[in-house]
Amino acid sequence: MSRALEVVATGPLALVQDLGRPGHAHLGVPPSGALDVPALRLANRLAGNPETAAGIETLLGGLAVKARASCTVAVTGPPVAVTVDGRPAGSHVPVHLTAGQTLTVGRPDTGLRCYLAVSGGIDVEPELGSRSRDVLSGIGPAPLEPGDVLPLGAPSGIPDGADTVTAPPTPPDLLVPVVLGPRDDWFDDAAHQLSVPWTVTSESNRVGLRLDGPALRRTEARAAAELPSEGVITGAIQVPPNGLPVVFLADHPTTGGYPVIAVVVPRALPALAQARPGTTIRFRPYA
Amino acid sequence: MRWLRYGPDAALVECESLAEMSAVRAAVVAAGLPDLVEVVPGARTVLVAARPGTRALEQVRALVERADPETADGGEPREITLDVRYDGEDLDLVARTAGISTDEVVELHTGAVYTVAFTGFAPGFGYLTGLPEPLRQSRLDTPRTRVPAGAVAIAGEFTGVYPRSSPGGWRLLGHTDAVLFDSRAERPALLAPGDRVRFRSLS
Repeated sequence: MSRALEVVATGPLALVQDLGRPGHAHLGVPPSGALDVPALRLANRLAGNPETAAGIETLLGGLAVKARASCTVAVTGPPVAVTVDGRPAGSHVPVHLTAGQTLTVGRPDTGLRCYLAVSGGIDVEPELGSRSRDVLSGIGPAPLEPGDVLPLGAPSGIPDGADTVTAPPTPPDLLVPVVLGPRDDWFDDAAHQLSVPWTVTSESNRVGLRLDGPALRRTEARAAAELPSEGVITGAIQVPPNGLPVVFLADHPTTGGYPVIAVVVPRALPALAQARPGTTIRFRPYA
Repeated sequence: MRWLRYGPDAALVECESLAEMSAVRAAVVAAGLPDLVEVVPGARTVLVAARPGTRALEQVRALVERADPETADGGEPREITLDVRYDGEDLDLVARTAGISTDEVVELHTGAVYTVAFTGFAPGFGYLTGLPEPLRQSRLDTPRTRVPAGAVAIAGEFTGVYPRSSPGGWRLLGHTDAVLFDSRAERPALLAPGDRVRFRSLS
């Protein structure tokens, strides 16, 4: 029998994700991929996979999967209750499932996104070199639904033998390093305007983190200016006409027509991927 | 040309014109730098994104400062012909706005050779330049909530084809059955920056 995983419950949203499909932006295709990349990489190592294997990204937990074959799994991201057939098993550790056992991922107390890796990886057909679901353009496997049966690849390695892995903290306030530009000159004292506390709104998703706070003011000369459409990257802080910034995440549009005031440095992105609505963010420009 | 920093691993090359942008894009692509992850043309810019910790951005900078936009060569462009039924809902509006007949609209649109300047909006959507002057018209006052896949449309200095059904505010001239984007195909997007495109009337 081929190895497979049956989806029993999905929670609010469960998506197949790997490290994404960078390199296709000139065709209009976003990079996509796991939002909290270190968490997926860790889950894969714990399950004995290459870090590039596809796993499942959950939003606020609620995932339940039934093993159709013996496999090693690991759940990472924020600390979360993990059970096997109702018995506690723990997150951030390799867990063995025998055929027929059901693993459930609870709802994390902090953060948003947990990652489940399975030995062999989720082996659905790649599109443009990736198995990631891109919610903006609808590329990649559809959001998971109860009853889905996911094929697994052949296990290729030994689970990482770490005794204890501590889940990274998901603080309620984030200090986020940014590089000003490319269009910071469209704004009056961009660094100062950005430095106020911003609040993550519930409109946020894999495309971007929408922020609430005092509207960013453009310079008088640029007040009504139109920006010809230009390329956008992950971490870009785009400012639409209402002045409320959007931080673009992995499923962002590849071009945009509003000025980007600053760019979040890549190492700060995993924390943004875990920022719940209500989280306070301060941007700290650095040279 | 201006060099604008775009985070730690990317930059925007800002150009004076669409033509200069196309030349810069072609020069960068032709260099084939292995550590360059993305080369994303825009209307007046080329975004370049590098693998962190590499010298790819410096190499691009040296390249564009040396390059003569007039002579930049992106290799032989691909030529693509799209068969179109000119039955779009805005054909009459476009003809009225231009002060010509609908037949003349079709003649103008099929008579030109277009270049894919850049993409965006959706996978496989190319912004095609080379639109004859009378067809350079503004977007609809109220965008449609649904434009069918394959719709051939115009807006401003551009013409393009909607790869899939989506909202949209461009004026619709007709439709093509060509598949603009198939993520499982070897060449997923039919139109890539630099390609030459012609439209052929089926009616």
